[in-house]
Amino acid sequence: MNGINFPGIWAIYKFEMARTLRTLWQSIATPVITTSLYFIVFGGAIGSRIDAIHGVNYGSFLVPGLIMLSLLMQSIANASIGIYFPKFTGTVFELLSAPISAIELVVGFVGAAATKSVVIGLIILATSALFVPLRVDHPAAMLAFLVLTAVTFSMFGFIIGIWAKSFEQLNIVPSLLVTPLTFLGGAFYSIDMLPEPWHTVSLFNPVVYLVSGFRWSFFGHGDVDITWSLGFTGIFLLLCLGLIVWIFRTGYRLKN
Amino acid sequence: MQPILSLRQVSKTYASGHTALDHVDLDIHRGEIFALLGPNGAGKTTLISIICGIVTPSTGTILVDGNDAIRQPRAARSKIGLVPQEIAVDMFSRVGSAARYSRGLFGKAPDHAYCDQLLKDLSLWDKRDAKIMELSGGMKRRVMIAKALSHEPDILFLDEPTAGVDVELRRDMWKLIGRLRDRGTTIILTTHYIEEAEEMADRVGVINRGKLLLVEEKTALMKKLGKRELDLSLVEPLAAIPAELGEWQLSLTDDGHRLRYTFDAQAERTGIPSLLRKLHDLNIAFKDLDTSKSSLEDIFVDLVGAQA
Repeated sequence: MNGINFPGIWAIYKFEMARTLRTLWQSIATPVITTSLYFIVFGGAIGSRIDAIHGVNYGSFLVPGLIMLSLLMQSIANASIGIYFPKFTGTVFELLSAPISAIELVVGFVGAAATKSVVIGLIILATSALFVPLRVDHPAAMLAFLVLTAVTFSMFGFIIGIWAKSFEQLNIVPSLLVTPLTFLGGAFYSIDMLPEPWHTVSLFNPVVYLVSGFRWSFFGHGDVDITWSLGFTGIFLLLCLGLIVWIFRTGYRLKN
Repeated sequence: MQPILSLRQVSKTYASGHTALDHVDLDIHRGEIFALLGPNGAGKTTLISIICGIVTPSTGTILVDGNDAIRQPRAARSKIGLVPQEIAVDMFSRVGSAARYSRGLFGKAPDHAYCDQLLKDLSLWDKRDAKIMELSGGMKRRVMIAKALSHEPDILFLDEPTAGVDVELRRDMWKLIGRLRDRGTTIILTTHYIEEAEEMADRVGVINRGKLLLVEEKTALMKKLGKRELDLSLVEPLAAIPAELGEWQLSLTDDGHRLRYTFDAQAERTGIPSLLRKLHDLNIAFKDLDTSKSSLEDIFVDLVGAQA
């Protein structure tokens, strides 16, 4: 067999998508219900008492942050369980013994995880439109950010799935690192609203750049310059890619 | 003829310092059934895992149909199918889709006709739409075999294929393995069941403590190392073997009621006629006699025991 193993990539992609379809109700209903609750609590009850931010009413301002919150969590969860489950059940032997390269494996797993996350992001966007007036100033940039972030964090999730030795470890990074960083990364507010030194401290939070860039694509305004957002996302993507290449070269937590 | 699988100086030492394989050389002939025998922890599964790319060897080269398994893993792996010892399969998948998934993973274009026939051959056709979790243990093992064969491999590894299955299914497995060999598939199986190797294998390898102790044609091995036994049921029990019988390799069993003579089946003179004459001279009468030859199991125990 020569060239790229397209049937192998497609087999993994289909298998992972089928796994989602088995839990379709949970996959779609959960983000829709969660988003609706956020809008009721933050947009309706609390948001009505908050002034417009950069000329955008608070309910609309929340949308990019909420999508990004779900996108990060779903990308990590989908990709990490995708590779962790074969390790847990022992079926990883088939992946390791197959004539499929590391990159092809990643394309299959990460592609499926990112697809699911993007679909969920779009569902949240559609749900949001039911609650608040929405505008997207840069739709192409919005889609590009959506896909880029989904791919990057799916790769991050893939790494977590390989690193994790237990279900507890699988949840440690998303719960103890990503969720706090997202909540403190301007998902629900603009970091311009923070006093010093917290404004400066926030600039060290990588999620700020993701949320800011994504919000820029909606309203033409973000907490940091769009080039910083793009640059940071690109750097994180390359970091994850480098780590994955290293994992497959060394067989870290995959091979003895 | 070029061997389909060739190992040279393959070793594996784990980070713990444990050497699981120690400079193994092995050639597997195209189309044969090769049985790798060895006790638990001998290195059988490590050897298979290295060939299949699941474990990285510390030293050595592996050629799969001429392809270097380390430098040309894609070409090498596409020729191999593996049925591991444990049942490891996604329990939520359905039987048919599990086989098709494996075929795709190994880079083969979909071939529904082949996959359907495979399921029929493995008596899985009626269960093709069933979830794997709903199947019996034996059926799950068949699914594992279907997955391993889905990409039409030239070499099939069966790691303890009948471990934990009932006698009927074991016989079915043996028949299936025979059919696969008839189609030209090279089969390498590891087993604890010596009778399995005795029943099916063309050649046998014995491994212990990471070292390949021998590789031999099964029949030649049994001829070379096989011993025969002559059991005499005595009319009167003996308390001890008389000194006059010292030149024969005798032992007493069954509280002195049975006299056992162990002799080399390949020797020109077995010593049986002279023993019987001597027993007559000593007035030691027997009412029955029985001969048996040593099984592969006896040979295996002797070999492994000699190394211990």
